[in-house]
Amino acid sequence: MEKTRPLWANPLQFVFACISYAVGLGNVWRFPYLCQMYGGGSFLVPYIIMLIVEGMPLLYLELAVGQRMRQGSIGAWRTISPYLRGVGVASVVVSFFLSMYYNVINAWAFWYLFHSFQDPLPWSVCPLNGNRTGYDEECEKASSTQYFWYRKTLNISPSIQENGSVQWEPALCLILAWLVVYLCILRGTESTGKVVYFTASLPYCVLIIYLVRGLTLHGATNGLLYMFTPKLEQLANPKAWINAATQIFFSLGLGFGSLIAFASYNEPSNNCQKHAIIVSLINSCTSIFASIVTFSIYGFKATFNYENCLNKVILLLTNTFDLEDGFVTTNNLEQVKIDLASAYPDKYSEVFPQIKNCSLESELSTAVQGTGLAFIVYTEAIKNMEVSQLWSVLYFFMLLMLGIGSMLGNTAAILTPLTDSKVISSHLPKEAIAGLVCLINCAVGMVFTMESGNYWFDIFNDYAATLSLLLIVLVETVAVCYVYGLRRFESDLQSMTGRSLNWYWKIMWAGVSPLLIISLLIFYLSDYILTGTLQYQAWDASQGQLVTKDYPTYALAFIGLLVASSTMCIPLVALGTFVLHRLKHGDTAPVA
Amino acid sequence: MAKAALSGGWIFFPRLPCVFYWERMFWLLFFLVPAIHTQLCQPDGENAFKVRLSIKTALGDKSYVWDTNEEYLFRAMVAFAMRKVPNRETTDISHVLLCNVTKRVSFWFVVTDPLKNHTLPAAEVQSAIRMNRDRINNAFFLNDQTLEFLKIPSTLAPPSDPATPIWIIVFGVIFCIVIVAITLLILSGIRQRRRSNRGPSESLQILLFTQENGVHPIFFSAEASHSYQVLVK
Repeated sequence: MEKTRPLWANPLQFVFACISYAVGLGNVWRFPYLCQMYGGGSFLVPYIIMLIVEGMPLLYLELAVGQRMRQGSIGAWRTISPYLRGVGVASVVVSFFLSMYYNVINAWAFWYLFHSFQDPLPWSVCPLNGNRTGYDEECEKASSTQYFWYRKTLNISPSIQENGSVQWEPALCLILAWLVVYLCILRGTESTGKVVYFTASLPYCVLIIYLVRGLTLHGATNGLLYMFTPKLEQLANPKAWINAATQIFFSLGLGFGSLIAFASYNEPSNNCQKHAIIVSLINSCTSIFASIVTFSIYGFKATFNYENCLNKVILLLTNTFDLEDGFVTTNNLEQVKIDLASAYPDKYSEVFPQIKNCSLESELSTAVQGTGLAFIVYTEAIKNMEVSQLWSVLYFFMLLMLGIGSMLGNTAAILTPLTDSKVISSHLPKEAIAGLVCLINCAVGMVFTMESGNYWFDIFNDYAATLSLLLIVLVETVAVCYVYGLRRFESDLQSMTGRSLNWYWKIMWAGVSPLLIISLLIFYLSDYILTGTLQYQAWDASQGQLVTKDYPTYALAFIGLLVASSTMCIPLVALGTFVLHRLKHGDTAPVA
Repeated sequence: MAKAALSGGWIFFPRLPCVFYWERMFWLLFFLVPAIHTQLCQPDGENAFKVRLSIKTALGDKSYVWDTNEEYLFRAMVAFAMRKVPNRETTDISHVLLCNVTKRVSFWFVVTDPLKNHTLPAAEVQSAIRMNRDRINNAFFLNDQTLEFLKIPSTLAPPSDPATPIWIIVFGVIFCIVIVAITLLILSGIRQRRRSNRGPSESLQILLFTQENGVHPIFFSAEASHSYQVLVK
């Protein structure tokens, strides 16, 4: 009895798997930032245009390739053309890099989740200093949430050169994170198909709960108004359009090979066009939904800090001038200040430097993205809510579901080519292959638990995938349209699914999307070249804030190696295949 | 006349309506003592402490008005605190002096010795207040931030550190569950594979057995959801 390819139990599992993979942490912590930076409500215009022009066509292309070729990324591209096997290899390499550093975020989410069961929350109070007369110095200068993140979670060193030792607490959490991922991918689509029901739907439950809670918080409307007021002049800013295109591109997870892997487990007659549209729409709607939640939380936090600031000023004035307690309120503060300045000019000028100008605008305009948003800003808002342990548990549980859902896609991209290859799967059962992949990733991931680990994390996050993915997807589109032939692919799809290909997809695949990707590539390359040396943000414990530093030479070399190792796969494998065939068959070209 | 006395200085009484010597001394002392008191209790005076209350901030609607009765209670609490200090067990309410009460509500206080001619050292008063800070706060429904003794730092409560950090307990529970689940899945996978490898030979043995015993020759093998239909002549 021959081994048949495992299939999804029903098309719903496939859709859920794609949603669970595409809807990840980027929807929660990058899109709200972009929305805030590039004009609030008006950012939605470039975003939706890019979704229709770039996101949907490329997603449909990848799903169609996977479903047609019924193999992982390496096998699929080898079927299209033996010279293009390098594209698949590059995808696997990039997925490998991604899974190495992405699971560290899950480890941090576990760490915060476990610490949410304490009363009070450990990031809401500063620890006391040595002789118990005051709070720890670093914590005073920064805030308690920043202290908990930089000192207690990361134990970060002042620069990337100082490595420090492996911190055992995050290391334990990382091992647990990898064990959970292994548990989910252990049996292939059998287990993954069931897990994605939870990882796709639970984040939405939590987001809805947070939406209701967020909208009822005091000051939430301030944040929402600030965000959604469109600043139409940003539409003329090219950066807004470029960032919209980049966000759509990376948010859908194109080019990693995960979508090809997922689609390869489909029935050939599956309507992947419908699924592509559904997944991309749900992904974008989730981004917008998550940014509503984020901005109501921002508004709450900003209002809270603003009112705290005002109360401090009121207390200062009340104490200095011995006014009646409760006489100065937020409404008459300005009037009282004027009265005091005229009545007691000397005393007022003494105390004047300490009176801060509290502004709600400045609190709202602090735009944060990435781990800073998730682990510092959100925790600061949560600690001020009632029953903060419950909200904290819910929030980090949602982050975990989002992260693990994306990890399933990443590991599927690595495992599917490995299990497809007859060499490896004949020697090892799939559980052992999965175990080996998890073990290697976990061992390498220990680097990110060192004291300088967060700086290496930022290197991977910024450089491992960006440029390589653009190149990979460009080669993919060109390969399908021009090397394999658009007409041939169209007839394949028609015989497979029974539906003809709409002219819209043909125009997008052949012309618009490749041009878009080329312009994105040009922009990125010119940006890197113009900036000169690359810099990073380092935490300075003595000042309690981030400072900018230059990367040392060996870090720059490592960045170059990262980018080269995935992009060079394409030409190198093509060259190698060419040489091999030349040696075997003389001058005749190989047939696909 | 009493008000005039409180502002300090000697007051001349051209003619006292008193007859006896001791009565005259009594009236003299009556006006003298507050004058001495005011000199002992002064803002920024020696061994004097400033106290600041924020009753409205702390209690909102349930706040009470600060009047002389509340001052009496305060003096009683300070005297109580001082009585706990060795050698000062005889401190009385009258030894605690308040002055400069403002609308804020803030005032200065000193504790004098029984003879009322000098104030007790600041260190003693400070340590007495620190020991009994909790009781004093509770008497007024306030806390360390709303009943401030300037220059007396409050001891910050140490964070509660349980013996095993809570996060390790939760981590241990989840870790064990995941390990058990992985082991179960791997074992069931191995068992399934072994069963599908043994499959064909086992069903053949059962076939021979049924044939010998004359049981109905058509049977279905239960494992791996494959059905074998075997017809025996």
